Amino acid sequence: MIARDVTLARLRAALAAAPPTPVRHRPGHRRQGELPPGDPELVDLLAERLTDYRAQVYRATGAAVADTVAGILAAEGATAVVVPPGLPADWRPGGIEVVVDDDLSADRLAELDAVVTAAAVAVAETGTIVLDAAADQGRRIISLLPDRHVCVVRPEQVVATVPEALARLTPGHPLTWISGPSATSDIELNRVEGVHGPRRLHVVLTDG
Amino acid sequence: MTETFLGLPATAPPGVGHLRGDEPFPVAARRALADPQLRRNLRHATGTIRAKSSAVISEVPDWPELRAAGRAIKSDTMARLPELLEQLEAAVTAAGGTVHWATDAVEANRIVTDLVRATGADRVMKVKSMATQEIGLNEALEAAGIEPVETDLAELIVQLGRDRPSHILVPAIHRNRAEIREVFLREMPGVDPALTDEPAALAAAARRHLRATFLSTKVAVSGANFAVAETGTLAVVESEGNGRMCLTLPETLITVMGIEKVIPTWDDLGVFLQLLPRASTGERMNPYTSMWTGVTPGDGPQQVHLVLLDNGRSAVLADEVGRQVLHCIRCSACLNVCPVYERTGGHAYGSVYPGPIGAVLSPQLTGVADNASLPYASSLCGACFDACPVMIDIPSVLVHLRARHVAERRAAHRMPSAEAVAMAAAAYTMDHPRLYAAAQRAAGLGRIAGRALPPPLNGWTASRDMPAAPPQTFRQWWSERRRDDRP
Ligand code: SF4
Repeated sequence: MIARDVTLARLRAALAAAPPTPVRHRPGHRRQGELPPGDPELVDLLAERLTDYRAQVYRATGAAVADTVAGILAAEGATAVVVPPGLPADWRPGGIEVVVDDDLSADRLAELDAVVTAAAVAVAETGTIVLDAAADQGRRIISLLPDRHVCVVRPEQVVATVPEALARLTPGHPLTWISGPSATSDIELNRVEGVHGPRRLHVVLTDG
Repeated sequence: MTETFLGLPATAPPGVGHLRGDEPFPVAARRALADPQLRRNLRHATGTIRAKSSAVISEVPDWPELRAAGRAIKSDTMARLPELLEQLEAAVTAAGGTVHWATDAVEANRIVTDLVRATGADRVMKVKSMATQEIGLNEALEAAGIEPVETDLAELIVQLGRDRPSHILVPAIHRNRAEIREVFLREMPGVDPALTDEPAALAAAARRHLRATFLSTKVAVSGANFAVAETGTLAVVESEGNGRMCLTLPETLITVMGIEKVIPTWDDLGVFLQLLPRASTGERMNPYTSMWTGVTPGDGPQQVHLVLLDNGRSAVLADEVGRQVLHCIRCSACLNVCPVYERTGGHAYGSVYPGPIGAVLSPQLTGVADNASLPYASSLCGACFDACPVMIDIPSVLVHLRARHVAERRAAHRMPSAEAVAMAAAAYTMDHPRLYAAAQRAAGLGRIAGRALPPPLNGWTASRDMPAAPPQTFRQWWSERRRDDRP
């Protein structure tokens, strides 16, 4: 407790020595994009920005999600996929072993080839999908250990800007903002895909 | 807490951590300049990042407004720092986390070591954090028999190569791909001897090397890029996924954070999430950003600790001009545009904070006397100010610190007053590069010829306890290097 009191006293003394001018005002900046959430042009922009950072993007009607996902997993050669307990039943791919996460161990998850999740929100301008650990996305660990992540995004979840996304999110939830597959800029400052997170990111954009 | 009264702003203690170099900047810089490979590596890497960054910044229609908003939020934060920290503490605690306070590096190291010991673990995995480098946490853990494993690729390269970090964002920026391959072949157990120097192959080698560590280590130590006072949310911005591993897989998570990282509101986060990736890695958004608020039952670490670190920051806050340096979001844009950094590299700055930000931060954290040469390690060209996403006026702070150095020496009666006046005048001329160049040249010549300069600069050259001026001044060799370096 003493360190707390000392630190706070030091900071108060520092401010008292040279009182700063209060700055409660925030200069204005752009919070909303020009297009409303879900606008087809916005969804196109999301697709373009995702592709730019080496995510694979697919379009599917609501009814065709399961088949599209199954096709992606087959092309990847995946044999077992984990899904969160709340993934919509009609998104579950056929023709592959589907494991519903039920507090699976890290070692078990690491053996699985792929994961399918929904998203909470997507930011078109930055090519970002955000997971908030809701029942259709699951625990953070399930979208981390399998090497391929398939994420299904509905049009009304697509917003233009980062501030719009923040306004839709609940701070208390664990949040993971994902912009492309795992990458590093540590070798000569070039972006190289594929380090510790999923090395392949597939995003399925539905029409509703 | 050792030699100061309770409640007086204090600088970071010596003898622990990495804020002080072993030698003055000009000496270390000369050695760095003799290494042409280092300069080639740096020029290549900083050139790449500058091009990427300006391309993605030009996509943002309101970049100037975002910078102004970033500055305003940070000014507001510093003006209310004590209450915001109390608010953060309350929010983290309410969400099931435990908050610890550390007045300095010694206390922070002890807190973390005790927390790790209490879990019984003898190994921790770390996601890159400037704060833990600053306090020398790895050394403290090792001394306690705990093995720290760096999981960030660049940190791993540095750790395996028994090297020192040289950049805030890319600590191994001084290494090219061929050198990294050498380090991996030499130091990574079980590495494929046929490893190539393709960046993708090197990244894959790191993935294989660390996988078992991620799955079996029970404790992780992280830093934090932001902490939201109103919600208790912490954020880590990263690329590789090693951050997600460390923040998700262990049972215990210990985050060490400088107290200046707090921001007031959830909404404020939106400004920095736009500024940071574009200014730092030159991406619209970095691959991964994780946010967590205390403990989430059934998801991620169930023991969550936050260590709030002062270690000299209260002393920075006490300086009316210098306190803006606490606004820094560690993007490293100022390093990437700095002509001095590009030629000397990060090691020459001694401290873990290199480049322009290091030149204004390290001397304030330690007290100017302990890093006296750093405020002079700049040509005051102003590129850092233009690049800084939160508009820190680094050149003005450099000039201010030079003047403070002079004033402190005078106060300590270590220099006759006339000389102090002369150096203060010199500090003024340093703000005006042409005048400064002329004055420095004259000072150098004055020494060699044993002749005094006209007032007010005569006090400077006549001084007996002036630090020995090198035969060639920093600015002279600097402008010569510039000529030499031109392709
Ligand atoms: S001083 Fe500005 S440019 Fe430099 S690292 Fe800090 S925020 Fe970035």
